[in-house]
Amino acid sequence: MADILVVAELTADGKVRKTTHSAITLAKLAQPALGGSFSILVLGASAKAAAAELTGFGAAKILACEDPSLANYVAEHYAPTVAAVGKGFGLVVACASSFGKDLMPRVAAKLDAAYAGDCSGVSVNGTQVVFKRPMFAGNAFGHVQLGTAIQVATARQSEFEPAAPSGGSSPIEAVAKVAPGAAASRVEFVSLEAVKSARPDLGEAGVVVAGGRAMKEKFFDVLNPLADTLGAAIGASRAACDAGYAPGDLQVGQTGKIVAPGLYFAIGISGAIQHIAGMKGSKTIVAINKDAEAPIFQLADYGLVADLFQAVPALVEDLKKHKAQKG
Amino acid sequence: MKILVALKRVADPANHNKVKIPAAGDKIDTAGLEWQINPFDLYALETALRLTEDGKAPKTRLGEVVAVTLGPAETETNLRSALATGADRAIRVDTTDDALDGRLVAAALQKLVEEEKPDLVLMGKQVVDGENNYVGQALAELLDWPMATFAATIKEEAGGLLVGREVDGGVSTLRVKFPAVVTVDLRIVAPDSVRSSKTAEGFKYPYEEVRFAPLPAIMQAKKKPLAVKKLADLVGGATLSSKYVKFEAPPARKAGVKVKDVQELVQKLATEAKAI
Ligand SMILES: Cc1cc2nc3c(=O)[nH]c(=O)nc-3n(C[C@H](O)[C@H](O)[C@H](O)COP(=O)(O)OP(=O)(O)OC[C@H]3O[C@@H](n4cnc5c(N)ncnc54)[C@H](O)[C@@H]3O)c2cc1C
Repeated sequence: MADILVVAELTADGKVRKTTHSAITLAKLAQPALGGSFSILVLGASAKAAAAELTGFGAAKILACEDPSLANYVAEHYAPTVAAVGKGFGLVVACASSFGKDLMPRVAAKLDAAYAGDCSGVSVNGTQVVFKRPMFAGNAFGHVQLGTAIQVATARQSEFEPAAPSGGSSPIEAVAKVAPGAAASRVEFVSLEAVKSARPDLGEAGVVVAGGRAMKEKFFDVLNPLADTLGAAIGASRAACDAGYAPGDLQVGQTGKIVAPGLYFAIGISGAIQHIAGMKGSKTIVAINKDAEAPIFQLADYGLVADLFQAVPALVEDLKKHKAQKG
Repeated sequence: MKILVALKRVADPANHNKVKIPAAGDKIDTAGLEWQINPFDLYALETALRLTEDGKAPKTRLGEVVAVTLGPAETETNLRSALATGADRAIRVDTTDDALDGRLVAAALQKLVEEEKPDLVLMGKQVVDGENNYVGQALAELLDWPMATFAATIKEEAGGLLVGREVDGGVSTLRVKFPAVVTVDLRIVAPDSVRSSKTAEGFKYPYEEVRFAPLPAIMQAKKKPLAVKKLADLVGGATLSSKYVKFEAPPARKAGVKVKDVQELVQKLATEAKAI
């Protein structure tokens, strides 16, 4: 029997990030194989306050490591504590956000643990957890079993429903920060420039409107009204980000954000395999492109062959009318 | 500066939708797809070259760049192409893809790093086939070195690097002192993303993404040193700890329809998809 440790992720202002709830879901799905409980580790400058947000999810304990030196996330400062706490567990998990992707391989190496990154599912085979992982830009899935005493995995947020509170009140226990190694003395946090946006988080939005290279400098002029009307998050293709029309953290794709909203608009996006890998899990896909042969149309549920500079403003008008009628 | 660049070959990324999974689900068949260097590793090589030159005079290498791969003899083609673009030496660790997992790769690289003693190890932030996003961070931990993952900008400073990293919600900037591990993201190959201490501020590379090897360099690359090592000499008897028990293809999406105008689109989204 073994227990599972979930590593929580906090926002820059010290709140629990929703990514944590997807990692909890992975832990709950893996639990039957290991037969034990799960606990949650929260690290940060105000970890105790954040820990209080997590007491209602059925965890055996919430471990809070509160230390001023953890105010800004730096892997070299976090990994020693996560690994020290993780030693008592059979499986250590986090969400495959940039936080989890950065931190967890380091933790795995410290624990001499095998690693399954960016999992899209888990299943149970007797006492073994089987991790399902997207590979080859989502064109294949591999089911992998790890053979080390401790295992480490990360959950692709779009593939694990965020865990809902299940009641109860998990006890909060303080844990001390473990002194970091030589690596930490050679890395310095300089800044985190957060892109300020009142829009929903790309990974959590119900609707995403994404624009490609075709948007040019009009990227936000065209997409803002549409996103406003739909309450949507804005995404972008690599070409749009590379050209500087949109910031890099809006990139959707194999090597950007993986999203699976209820509704996804690909506007002036050709549908390269790397882009598709990041959004083909969306429930309904709309493509607007002036090239009727664009590959995105092979994927889209609804395709509109049109010039986006005319179609999008018209779409905004029509959506507003529809909304008004619906009341 | 001495830089070790880790490269992995992958089946042609632009055609990953052509991979086949046999009914038995025992492998991912990439037959017919050309082997290429993982694009992110190619970007890491370009980064290494930019860090060891004055952007104005890229033919003169001001440091040493060592390209490393783990794979069978035919991966020497990929190493030769790295040598042709400017790497000084290459090392191939003789093995096959199915004899490796992330842990073994990280362990082998650790030994190579201990032998070569570079100031910096560079590699892509992920391989586009396995997509595990693991080796760079694990290597940094094994070495007890600092790391900067997902690098989009790098500026050389005295004794280290200032690295801008693309993270969820923005850009995180770290300062790392040598020796260090850096994994690179897409935007690292923008014309002004990487600046060595010799390259003038404001300098922009005059090409998109990565440089190409001129023909004479391809000829010269044949004479550059390429050492071969045995995997067992680096990792001893260590064995695989990740076992893929099954592969499967993703579910197919049902074919969609074209709508004639915006009105029809809104109507279908409302009544058929119930998405608005
Ligand atoms: C290692 C690697 C990783 C990558 N990762 C990603 C990733 O994560 N995400 C990603 O998106 N890409 C990624 N790419 C890039 C990908 O291969 C494509 O180059 C990119 O997605 C193309 O972006 P695009 O569709 O905006 O541009 P283009 O391919 O140039 O397409 C523009 C589209 O706009 C249409 N268009 C032009 N004008 C109009 C108009 N007025 N009205 C309507 N339509 C118009 C055109 O018909 C065309 O279809 C990656 C590439 C590599 C090598």
